[in-house]
Amino acid sequence: MSQTETEILTPSTIPSTETHVLKPERSQLGFMRPDHSRSVIMDWLTTVDHKKIGIMYGAIALFFLLVGGVEALIIRTQLAIPENDLISAQRYNQLFTMHGTTMIFLAIMPLNAAFFNFLVPLQIGARDVAFPRINSFSLWAFVAGAIVINFGWVLQALQVMGLFEAGGPTAGMTDLAPAMGWFGYAPLTGTNFTGAGTDFWIMGLQILGIASLSAAMNFVVTIVNMRAPGMKMMRMPVFTWMTLVVSLLIVFAFPAITIALGQLMFDRCFGTNFFVVAGGGQPILWQHLFWIFGHPEVYILVLPAMGIISEILPVFSKKPLFGYSIVVFSGAVIGFLGFAVWSHHMFTTGLGKVATAAFSLLTMAIAVPTGVKIFNWVGTLWGGRVRFSAPMIFSLGFVWMFMMGGFSGIMHSSAPADAQQQDSYFVIAHFHYVAIGGIFLAVVAGIYFWLPKMIGKMWKGKLSTWVAIFSTVGLNVTFFPMHFLGLLGMPRRTHTYLEGFGWETYNLVCTIGAYILAFGILLLVIDIIRCFRNGEPAGNDPWDARTLEWATTSPPQVYNFAKTPIIPARDALWEDKYGPENRKITHEDDHGHGIHMPSQSWMPFIAALGFIPVGLGMSLMQAGIPYMGYVAIFGLLVLGFGIALWAIEGPGGYHMHPEVDAA
Amino acid sequence: MSDTVRQEDDHGSLVINNKKLLMWLFLGSDCMFFGTLISTHLIYRKLYPESYDPLLVFDLELTSFSTFILLMSSFLMALAVSAMHKGELKSFRRNTIGVIFFGLIFLACQVYEFAHFTNEGLTLSTNTFGSTFYMMTGTHGVHVAIGVFWLISLYFYSYTGKMDAHESAVDIEVAGLYWHFVDIVWIIIFTAVYLIEYIPGLN
Repeated sequence: MSQTETEILTPSTIPSTETHVLKPERSQLGFMRPDHSRSVIMDWLTTVDHKKIGIMYGAIALFFLLVGGVEALIIRTQLAIPENDLISAQRYNQLFTMHGTTMIFLAIMPLNAAFFNFLVPLQIGARDVAFPRINSFSLWAFVAGAIVINFGWVLQALQVMGLFEAGGPTAGMTDLAPAMGWFGYAPLTGTNFTGAGTDFWIMGLQILGIASLSAAMNFVVTIVNMRAPGMKMMRMPVFTWMTLVVSLLIVFAFPAITIALGQLMFDRCFGTNFFVVAGGGQPILWQHLFWIFGHPEVYILVLPAMGIISEILPVFSKKPLFGYSIVVFSGAVIGFLGFAVWSHHMFTTGLGKVATAAFSLLTMAIAVPTGVKIFNWVGTLWGGRVRFSAPMIFSLGFVWMFMMGGFSGIMHSSAPADAQQQDSYFVIAHFHYVAIGGIFLAVVAGIYFWLPKMIGKMWKGKLSTWVAIFSTVGLNVTFFPMHFLGLLGMPRRTHTYLEGFGWETYNLVCTIGAYILAFGILLLVIDIIRCFRNGEPAGNDPWDARTLEWATTSPPQVYNFAKTPIIPARDALWEDKYGPENRKITHEDDHGHGIHMPSQSWMPFIAALGFIPVGLGMSLMQAGIPYMGYVAIFGLLVLGFGIALWAIEGPGGYHMHPEVDAA
Repeated sequence: MSDTVRQEDDHGSLVINNKKLLMWLFLGSDCMFFGTLISTHLIYRKLYPESYDPLLVFDLELTSFSTFILLMSSFLMALAVSAMHKGELKSFRRNTIGVIFFGLIFLACQVYEFAHFTNEGLTLSTNTFGSTFYMMTGTHGVHVAIGVFWLISLYFYSYTGKMDAHESAVDIEVAGLYWHFVDIVWIIIFTAVYLIEYIPGLN
């Protein structure tokens, strides 16, 4: 393929490279590197390929989405009728705690991470992320955190069967899965109120935080440094921009929760007084530290969704994104303002008039860039040739449903109104419209849009329409009545309620809606399985799309691009297909060096594995199991050795020559 | 065609090494870590009239000495980085040993200080001052200890013959960035935790 040819890669011009021809080399440790292994399991455990890591993030996140969904269904079933006794109050507390924690940290964040991983290097024309081994470490640390945080359920099952009794500092406590709400307010998290479940939650979140931080730093470096020639900042796809903003949010927001969790852990394990009232501590400090992290976290969850929508709407409107630069700028402003509104979660704690007024105003201000984005999306649709393909249907649903959540959000920004809505079902309605109507629909849109690129197979049939109908109808039937429930005074986190408050009908409708929504998600899972099993080959560019990831094969080769593309304009592929001659994509000449590929490695996996004994050891120590402190120390040693060997083994790497093989 | 494009817009506009950028991001994040710890300490400092008086245990001479030692270690670190840039391996080793030695003195002072405070009856669980003080200075101490361990590793690595002025200078520079940051954080802790107690009006 010569330099002037415009087509980048097609399966016919460049056959897949047979990696097994390459022999694994020795690392500086003297071991064989796990490269080019024929064992599938070994290959996936040691992979540093951002695409495989992204797919693993996505698969695990979808699993936890179903787990969190089942937890929600049990909650809704319990609330279907007044004075129901399907589950105990304690079990109910555990379910809503783990539902929130699972959905936020184990479903939505890793789903976003799946898209970051798979798409960002492709969208900027890079070979991989800046630090492939750190990327692998982030994935496995996330898995370790997920195991630790859910381990409480195992212990709880043993306790129910009468095989386990908590001793030690939490002797007599029966809650072995977290039961204090996903924001873990002090002093409820003290050892005199909650048992070892809180310790699993603390250690699990701490590990998940480390995973998120290392991934976020990696993505900032990737986006700043690894862009292909010509891919200026203002030529980057909006999704990549939002990844950059979100990564910076994670870098600066997660430390607050890390320290707060550390202080809480010290309170529980080593007798400090950070949140212990008797020792002079202030429970309100936890609220501040949590929400200084927690509010940016909201934007960490939603900005990638906005990025996905900003990619899909232009493709199916056959128009460039309306006001690209203002959409990017609004995203950055939302990220920045996100740090200045945390106290609107705390209006009822008595902050004082000035603070309340300031946070109220800032909260209203943050609606402005969000509104700007909505208008830009509508502007993109305006006069476009709209195709109602599956990703587009979900994207349109996102714009409308997200706006609903936004409206009730603006209601909360008024402190007097918020004082009435605080801790009522109105709040539940608000953030579920944002989380399901906004983030979930956008993620499903993203799955319908990019799965053909990820696995190289195209969707079959029109099941997607039914997924859209059931999930949006279910969402509205479940959560719209909750606005009324809230205004009628139903408090959140109540495991049952009495007859005669006028809540019965609404609750029953909510529960029916939850099952409709669940059926929609079941259809989605079926559709994904059908696509995997029976999908036709998708081809490089099934949607007639605009950005660089569609220029390579589906699924992309391990090296992404056989030759580094040179980007002449925004919407690079679109310009290449339909633009004038001077806006075609050209390619860098590698002068026969081939493509430098990173070596695979066991070390990130081993290091991350060390987190499991650390987390479980610290938590089980609190439940009074002997010698668990030593297990935690053993875990730290595994982590330390993993990192040390990782440093010594060296990055390695080998070269691939796709074109040479083709010839 | 491709040449003209290359002249117009080259690779990323910010030309900074990947490892260095990663370290800067970590340090940005670390600022928030220490920011949270220090603000917790300052919020709890005089929350109640009967709050603990740190002057009962503080020994300004010792802490000033260890602060000075840490400052000087930063100076040696800068010399070590500069030596590596010039490819002077011997000078690099000499200065690195100095940094390690000074770092260990600082840690020894901190261990002495912790032991002394504990003997005076101030532990993690005595009061909020004990909690915030030990956790904050302890976190800083862990940072210093990791830095010392890192520099020891680099010192021994320099004997393997695999270091060269081009590739390894960046690695040393990244370690240097970390070391200077840990030093700066200590200056802030020294001011906001120790010196502040000696200002008469603030009590």
